[in-house]
Amino acid sequence: MAVLLLAEVTDGELAFDATAKAVNAATKLGEVTTLCAGASAAAAGEAASKIEGVSKVLVAEDASLGHRLAESTAALIASLAGDYEHIVAPATTDAKNVLPRVAALLDVMVISDVSGIIDGNTFERPIYAGNAIQTVKSSDATKVVSIRTSTFDAAGDGGSAPVETISTAEAPGLSEWVEDKVAASDRPELTSAGVVVSGGRGVGSKDDFALIEALADKLGAAVGASRAAVDSGYAPNDWQVGQTGKVVAPDLYVAVGISGAIQHLAGMKDSKVIVAINKDEEAPIFQVADFGLVADLFTALPELTSKLD
Amino acid sequence: MKVLVPVKRVIDYNVKVRVKADGSGVDLANVKMSMNPFDEIAVEEAIRLREAGKADEVVAVSIGVKQAQETLRTALAMGADRAILVVAADDVHTDIEPLAVAKILKAIVEEEAPGIVLCGKQAIDNDMNATGQMLSALLGWSQAAFASDLDIDGDHAVVTREVDGGLQTIKVTLPTIVTVDLRLNEPRYASLPNIMKAKKKPMDEKTPADYGVDVTPRLEIISTAEPEARAAGVIVGSVDELVEKLKEVGAV
Ligand SMILES: Cc1cc2nc3c(=O)[nH]c(=O)nc-3n(C[C@H](O)[C@H](O)[C@H](O)COP(=O)(O)OP(=O)(O)OC[C@H]3O[C@@H](n4cnc5c(N)ncnc54)[C@H](O)[C@@H]3O)c2cc1C
Ligand SMILES: Nc1ncnc2c1ncn2[C@@H]1O[C@H](COP(=O)(O)O)[C@@H](O)[C@H]1O
Repeated sequence: MAVLLLAEVTDGELAFDATAKAVNAATKLGEVTTLCAGASAAAAGEAASKIEGVSKVLVAEDASLGHRLAESTAALIASLAGDYEHIVAPATTDAKNVLPRVAALLDVMVISDVSGIIDGNTFERPIYAGNAIQTVKSSDATKVVSIRTSTFDAAGDGGSAPVETISTAEAPGLSEWVEDKVAASDRPELTSAGVVVSGGRGVGSKDDFALIEALADKLGAAVGASRAAVDSGYAPNDWQVGQTGKVVAPDLYVAVGISGAIQHLAGMKDSKVIVAINKDEEAPIFQVADFGLVADLFTALPELTSKLD
Repeated sequence: MKVLVPVKRVIDYNVKVRVKADGSGVDLANVKMSMNPFDEIAVEEAIRLREAGKADEVVAVSIGVKQAQETLRTALAMGADRAILVVAADDVHTDIEPLAVAKILKAIVEEEAPGIVLCGKQAIDNDMNATGQMLSALLGWSQAAFASDLDIDGDHAVVTREVDGGLQTIKVTLPTIVTVDLRLNEPRYASLPNIMKAKKKPMDEKTPADYGVDVTPRLEIISTAEPEARAAGVIVGSVDELVEKLKEVGAV
């Protein structure tokens, strides 16, 4: 059984953690060939060849594959699909953009956000914001699957798979890239960080998010946010944790001024240790917290940051 | 230009979901149902396009049980011009898969010839995040998923998308499929007079067979289970105690 795995490649660079988590999951399905596609993807291909469990790396480079445009990337994957029983990718926004398109081109269903693999046809996935776990069995010849990375460990980096350059499919040319707005940050990436500190509407302003960031920096953590904090402009969209944002499962998750709506819990309740700081003792976040502190965040947060030396 | 908006009837986002004791699914009998929140955003955007003179008609479509007509009435009350109900199931527990939905939508698109289809990014019941992308593939159209800004300009649209790294702006050729994200707009409420007016707006009723689409699922649901519950935690009395506890469990 052969698996084609779409590596997460951004601006020519491999997202090792997300890709290696998907590889670890995919090795349960068969021999994994990893596809690195992009305007430049050779360096990503080299990096992907080191992921343990990868048997072969395919590198597809073409201007039309730059910026992860869905139409050209999906056309490429569909053109390769005949050799594989599974097409897999980490459940990033890129994969969620591309994989359903691939599945429809192949006339098969997509199986999104898989959190468990029972066998080659049978998968577990959360539904209803993680309030239920569904086990589904596919009757399709090709299984197109995105992997919820927060539930799988990353494969190691001791591999040495051969790398092959392939030609690309004809690009449909339906869309073009205009610009990316990406804030550079020295902090760890949200979905791979060991510690995440998230702020909610209770933080009250963009300026006061500095309190969240100060604690995050003390802990070497990534910064997250609730939807309300993003909607209010306190935090950028890519910090949103939840059902419709990022799903994280760090060793330590600190929720500050977040009420704990089910849509937020969907993105963080598999964290190992959860700390909640909220001034309302009735806040639902306390029901999932290992350690809850009922306090005003404006006094508790600076105190906590200063005492963590 | 016509705008097509597929709207799904789903469990209201405020309702606590209960898994049935026999593991056969989630209990949806006598539960409050609403329009999928992302689809409200899509309807709002479509109406704004018409109000801005960029669209001349907004058509809402729903595929599912007969009761989805309530969802369509909501779309009409918000301001959609007419609706198409595709009755594809009798039991409220039957979910039509994105692939089948996309095939039905494709047939409707071929009849209606919209310039743009505005889907929600994700249905909050099955959390699939697939239908718009699949429809786009079936039609061979461009796609712009997870839109937080949409600007239609002649024969193309400029769309800003919410992606893992931040925001990406792309330019897509019309006709196109856009899936809308949370921050595209704030949907309006339907006013009472508009709710009354909506009752008179046209609603066609169809079946998948009318479009020659087989809705047999590709994914058999083997079981549905409650997620593992977390063990109860403790409330600490002070920041000092919190730090102590975190050190105890090796979290800091
Ligand atoms: C379709 C859909 C998708 C959604 N997706 C997501 C998602 O992915 N992620 C997500 O997070 N939400 C999501 N939501 C929104 C979700 O339902 C909640 O509205 C949101 O999580 C609330 O954010 P919050 O907890 O920051 O705000 P609130 O619910 O307003 O809570 C603020 C909290 O801060 C506390 N507080 C206030 N001041 C202080 C203080 N000085 N000190 C300490 N505590 C204080 C309050 O007691 C309160 O508990 C979604 C909703 C919908 C409909
Ligand atoms: N049964 C349906 N009827 C109408 N629209 C639907 C249906 N299912 C999905 N959609 C549309 O597709 C979007 C994404 O749904 P999904 O792919 O199921 O997450 C929804 O927000 C709707 O716009």
